[in-house]
Amino acid sequence: MKLNVNLNGLLNAIDVPAEWVGLREVYEVHTPRMIRDGVPVINSSNSSHGIMVEVLVDGQFGYYATPNMTQEAISLAAKKAYNQAKISSKHAVYHFNQSARPAHKGSYRSPFIKDKNSISAGKLNNILLEAYNHLKVNDKIVSASSLCQIIETNFNFVSSNGSDIQQDFLMFEFDLSATAAEGSNQQTRTFGGMRGTCRQMGLEYFDKFEIYANANRIGEQAIELLNADDCPSGEMDLVIAPDQMMLQIHESIGHALEVDRILGDERNYAGWSFVKLEDFGTLKYGSDLMNITFDPTLESEYASYAFDDGGLKATKEYLIKDGVLVRGLGGKESQIRSGLDGVANFRASSWNRAPIDRMANINLEPGDSTFDQLISKVEKGIFVESNKSWSIDDYRNKFQFGCEYGRLIENGKLTKVVKNPNYRGVSTPFWNSLKGVGNSDTFGIYGTPNCGKGEPNQVIRVGHASPACLFDKIQVFGGV
Amino acid sequence: MEKIFNDLSESLFAELNKSEEAILSFSGENSQFIRFNNASVRQTGIVNDAEIELKLISGNKISGGGFTVSGNKEIDLKRGIDEIKRMRKDNEEIPEDPFLVKPANLGSSREVKQTKGLDFEHAVDAILPIMSGVDFVGILANGEMYRGNANSLGQKHWFETNNHSLDYSLVTSNHQMVKGLYSGGDWDQSSYENYVNKSKKKLIIMEKEPIKVKTGDYRTWFESAAVSDFLGMFSWNGISEASLRQGCSGFGKMRHGDSRLSRKFSILEDFTPGFCPKFNSDGEVASSSLALIDKGELKNTLVSSRSAKEYGLNSNFAESGEYLRSPKMLPGKLNQENVIKTLDKGLFLSNIHYLNWSDNPGGRITGLTRYACFWVEGGEIIAPIETMRFDDSFYRFFGDQLIEVEDSLTINPEVGTYGGRSLGATTCPGILVDSFSLTL
Repeated sequence: MKLNVNLNGLLNAIDVPAEWVGLREVYEVHTPRMIRDGVPVINSSNSSHGIMVEVLVDGQFGYYATPNMTQEAISLAAKKAYNQAKISSKHAVYHFNQSARPAHKGSYRSPFIKDKNSISAGKLNNILLEAYNHLKVNDKIVSASSLCQIIETNFNFVSSNGSDIQQDFLMFEFDLSATAAEGSNQQTRTFGGMRGTCRQMGLEYFDKFEIYANANRIGEQAIELLNADDCPSGEMDLVIAPDQMMLQIHESIGHALEVDRILGDERNYAGWSFVKLEDFGTLKYGSDLMNITFDPTLESEYASYAFDDGGLKATKEYLIKDGVLVRGLGGKESQIRSGLDGVANFRASSWNRAPIDRMANINLEPGDSTFDQLISKVEKGIFVESNKSWSIDDYRNKFQFGCEYGRLIENGKLTKVVKNPNYRGVSTPFWNSLKGVGNSDTFGIYGTPNCGKGEPNQVIRVGHASPACLFDKIQVFGGV
Repeated sequence: MEKIFNDLSESLFAELNKSEEAILSFSGENSQFIRFNNASVRQTGIVNDAEIELKLISGNKISGGGFTVSGNKEIDLKRGIDEIKRMRKDNEEIPEDPFLVKPANLGSSREVKQTKGLDFEHAVDAILPIMSGVDFVGILANGEMYRGNANSLGQKHWFETNNHSLDYSLVTSNHQMVKGLYSGGDWDQSSYENYVNKSKKKLIIMEKEPIKVKTGDYRTWFESAAVSDFLGMFSWNGISEASLRQGCSGFGKMRHGDSRLSRKFSILEDFTPGFCPKFNSDGEVASSSLALIDKGELKNTLVSSRSAKEYGLNSNFAESGEYLRSPKMLPGKLNQENVIKTLDKGLFLSNIHYLNWSDNPGGRITGLTRYACFWVEGGEIIAPIETMRFDDSFYRFFGDQLIEVEDSLTINPEVGTYGGRSLGATTCPGILVDSFSLTL
């Protein structure tokens, strides 16, 4: 049951001597359904609904997050938020004014054709069960699962300086997974790696993607991997599919460009960044082929929106242009603190967390090579798909990523399948080794529901779209 | 909160049909979060939050439903009744689950920890003065936490605690860092200031120019916090019975007898300190202690009741995700005072960072050094090291490369706040390893 809340009425009833007051209401419902090994293991629906009251007092923001949305409770919450801000204001990192919360009015509705109730619970279970049947291609598949999660979010934001924003989202996550095993030899193949298949769309998803054919392919590839040789070790060319490029972009570009990290807010948790404030406009982050955008406008990508959680209007901006770093991922607070241009990325995971600088959709713009042209340029190399392991240091330099599925490239042609393909490198040398960018035919839209950051911790949805890309002389290796 | 939990659970169970059973799980907190950077306040606020998760069982069908608890009785009851109706409809449509576990009434419990915590109004003034003059960054999480579980057969459990954790880093002018974690129930200002002063002393050695270590294999000492992070990997495709059965556990080599760990390595699940509730989200109460790996041999995995039913085993009432909730690794014989002398030449790693399986079947874990990590030579700390990536198997560093285990244990509280504040702790010693592989 979603309560109807008169947010402007609640705002008008607040009586604290603050310079600014904002109310951010979030209602979100997650409905996951999952079949594992032929039986239902999740049929659930969880809703969350509350308001964050935020006040600005003597240059310091303070907040109080509450699920009690009565006028009395919100007025009391504002007083408690005021006290928090007042006590801390003499120790503030930065003394802000109202310009940190620009006034905007508007709305956004994510695109969908079929709403969340267009397929019944029973029918969804049947689809997932049939997908499972296609995953289990033979008895060596020791476990297989199919999962869909529908997410519905309503976001409302009003403020004392005139913001009034409504944003409604319908989102969809889908995954297929098959694990083949013989003794301690075990291999898992999924549909895009680690919940990478997630979009803003409705249940028309099931019409657009060939679920059962993909399930069959994933089951067959798990068996293929079980019988495959380990990925060879050595320095070689690497072609990365979009469902791994998303992770590469996320870890070695996205987090590194978050301005709050660069300003040191995250040093105790996620870490710092090798990027410094003076690098913007000068740092050659990657080769001339590299063009990275913050793009909240790409239809159906997982983190598209019209306004961030501070009310700033969201627009597409280049972060890296022709290999040169030009703009950071900093919302209005970070823009004020750093003096840099930024983007509308001041985002919170829900009503019970304060916004911080986050990625949204961070994409690599397509180039002009066909997939075959990328492969044909490689004498000896590996083509990798779908992330299964990720790790990078606290400055976002030294990374190591593992993929589910690899194929050798020999003399310009894809040859045999290899298992446990891993690679490692350092962020800017790696991106400067980019020597081929696929065209729009190779472009894939992915994302992740599980980007973690912040104190207190927040997990947030991000989108990453990319073409397939070719990198020169990368350190590649296999399993034990 | 306890009254809300009691009233709501009783009211909602009264809505069930005779053929239905239900389990209700409650989680709540009233928390102050203050985020610091440069020994100043970056963000400050309070989060008042509570949620209920229901499981409705009709025959062999089960659905779940959850909602935010507003604290308004009428609204919360309406939300709960709406969820029951929705789940009832779902149960009419979805397939049967042959492995669902029905609730039982095996007795109730109540545990309330009374503490003299840090007052919200005074937290900033308690924390900041001692940090004057240092680059201090981190988070204070402070306040009450609640967990409850009830079922329609009358079983009821309640757990309530009030604690604080200041998870912080002190940073030198050359960007080297020392980690600190001051946590507990009662707030003791002098104890806090003593703790911070010890952190400040550690900064002195961090001011030295860091050494760049080459890739390769090194004799290595891991402090307890680093060992705790490695043990944390056991909760992710490791010690879970379901994970083993489904072919995605790094414990496969131990299960299949291909490998074992050192006789000096023993770990158990130990609920006796009361870091977290003994009851799980189904209201099942685990034994106070469960041996998992004893002298290097896999004795028990974590088995939830569902896994028990699915695979024909006995449940040890693990949480449904079969992760460690209160692990304890047993101590060895190496005294902390002798660590650097015994290490002689190699790496002293206080903390590690961003672990992931690089080859799960092989038990291989990759990650980075972080915070106070040093190069040791001639039995003395020489200087901090630059950040290095490692990639090695726990079958080696908890196995044939494990030389010795520290003779005392450190409690490493769980301070995660994803969704809400976590409970639990990992209690473990440091370890000395003969060979550990740095790769980048």
